[in-house]
Amino acid sequence: MTDETKPPTPPPAAAPAPTKPAAPAAPPKPKGPTANDASADPVVQRLSAALPGAVLAAKELVGQVTVEVPPEKVPDVLRHLKGTEAYTYLVDLTAVDWKARVPRFDVVYWLHSFEKGNARIRVRTSVADGVECPTVSGVFKAANWMEREVWDLFGIRFAGHPDLRRILTWDGFQGHPLRKDFPVEGIDTGAAIYPDQYPEGGGPSGKDGNRKVVS
Amino acid sequence: MSEERAGTAASVPDSGEPMLGLREMELNFGPQHPSTHGVLRLVLKVDGERIVSARPDIGYLHRGTEKLFETETYPMVIPHTDRLDYVAAATNNHAYCLAVEKLLALEVPKKAQYIRVLLDELQRISSHLLWLATAAIDLGAITPFFYTFREREVILDLFEDYCGARLTLNCMRIGGLLEELPPGWIERVRAFTEVFDKNIDEYEDLLTENRIWKQRTIGIGILTGEQCIEWGVTGPPLRGAGVKWDIRRAIPYECYADLDFEIPVYPNADTYDRYLVRVAELRQSRRIVLQCCDWLAKNPEGEIRGKVPRVIKPVAGDVYAAVEAPKGELGFYLVSNGSNKPYRLRVRPPSFINLQALPEMAKGHLVADLVAIIGTIDIVLGEVDR
Repeated sequence: MTDETKPPTPPPAAAPAPTKPAAPAAPPKPKGPTANDASADPVVQRLSAALPGAVLAAKELVGQVTVEVPPEKVPDVLRHLKGTEAYTYLVDLTAVDWKARVPRFDVVYWLHSFEKGNARIRVRTSVADGVECPTVSGVFKAANWMEREVWDLFGIRFAGHPDLRRILTWDGFQGHPLRKDFPVEGIDTGAAIYPDQYPEGGGPSGKDGNRKVVS
Repeated sequence: MSEERAGTAASVPDSGEPMLGLREMELNFGPQHPSTHGVLRLVLKVDGERIVSARPDIGYLHRGTEKLFETETYPMVIPHTDRLDYVAAATNNHAYCLAVEKLLALEVPKKAQYIRVLLDELQRISSHLLWLATAAIDLGAITPFFYTFREREVILDLFEDYCGARLTLNCMRIGGLLEELPPGWIERVRAFTEVFDKNIDEYEDLLTENRIWKQRTIGIGILTGEQCIEWGVTGPPLRGAGVKWDIRRAIPYECYADLDFEIPVYPNADTYDRYLVRVAELRQSRRIVLQCCDWLAKNPEGEIRGKVPRVIKPVAGDVYAAVEAPKGELGFYLVSNGSNKPYRLRVRPPSFINLQALPEMAKGHLVADLVAIIGTIDIVLGEVDR
């Protein structure tokens, strides 16, 4: 419990870098799995052959393969994986906020193949704050609500999404709760109800000393 | 089978004419409606009694759980997971613990694995019983409620004796379990499972060949196997559409590979077949519980927690782990930065993703059938809204 406030160490944008050497001076850490390069994986090989420039890096951790791709290639990559490689089931789509990193966000897709012995593959892309990520709701219908959730909670817009509205918070809510700079105890949403008593916006504010920003 | 099913399909002939002289009307269904199982709001476009489109409006129970995860140390996250699908807390605990254990490369002792599976399957039984009670009561069958709650009560008492809680169990720990089973507990579980098979027969006597039940459920809310996969729908709706897929067999975790059980599958993809799948799963879960009891009676010695470090700090990296929850695939996507708190912990909630297919299932049905369709997806709003 000594270092609860350890600052996050975001990995660089598109490099397979989490193979950071464990700090040599640290006390004996519990042995954990290590990440390996996975560019020799046959699925990754075929993907980079079919779509040149799509695979920036590929790594494997605890048997789960992650492919890094540029955002503009995401729909093509997913279409290739769905059509050619039979990854027909989009298990999950979510995002991670790395706050200080440029580009700021990761959008993560997790695909499953019924035909290939229940194989799974993760596709990850990095998106800057305010930059649109192309939608994959045309490739997988399941992506519709998941992308709406990412827009709602992280503020990443998906270009071409048929119905990009907030889903868990309400229309007119200020801010995106899962961003690291959003205060954990919430924001004052009274402005909408009592505009004469509360300032315009009511979004996350670092000026209020009572609010702590957790990251 | 098909002849028997023909004619029972609850369809109203569609003359193509507007029913009330109005073309379309917008109707609010919920959020305070007893058949929405919580605070689900649906905005319906209806043409007379027929649903033209249904638009789910969710978020009334959003509590920012994923944000809270980021403020707690790894062991402190477990009680929060109880409150996702609050009628199946054990499977929530389990999925989260699996994710952390994967990133720690922790070995869970065999005995802890069997107790975990035992708790999971008891939880699955209690969750399916609650589903059966509420889905039947939605369609006017009140009696099954009293039957199923009788047995559910026994299971909740067993949970209470094990961990002190009936719903929010908080019963698993990273690397194993909270504590040993209390003395005599296994015998009580066994006594329950011995009569439970007859109890399932009683539910089936009430519903399976019941004409009203069949008329209200056969042909209602069809979602084919291909549609299920396209929408990401898992769990009983997928198996009720003829796809034999269950994470316990597909990507086995804990000791499921050593256990003998079947995956029930029915082909017709409607509300009735989803009912049959869940009833069959009750019987299979009972089988698994009995096997776990036998194993634990034979192997009373053993650790219930692995070699867990005092401060849990997984290596930096990301991992996804999933279990077959009563509602479908429940997964946790964990991103660690090497500190003692999860940097990001995403829940892949089966209820949320299965609910997304509701408009597809409801289109063209009558408003009264919508109640059956909401019931058949088996959603828990705590998990939908998080």
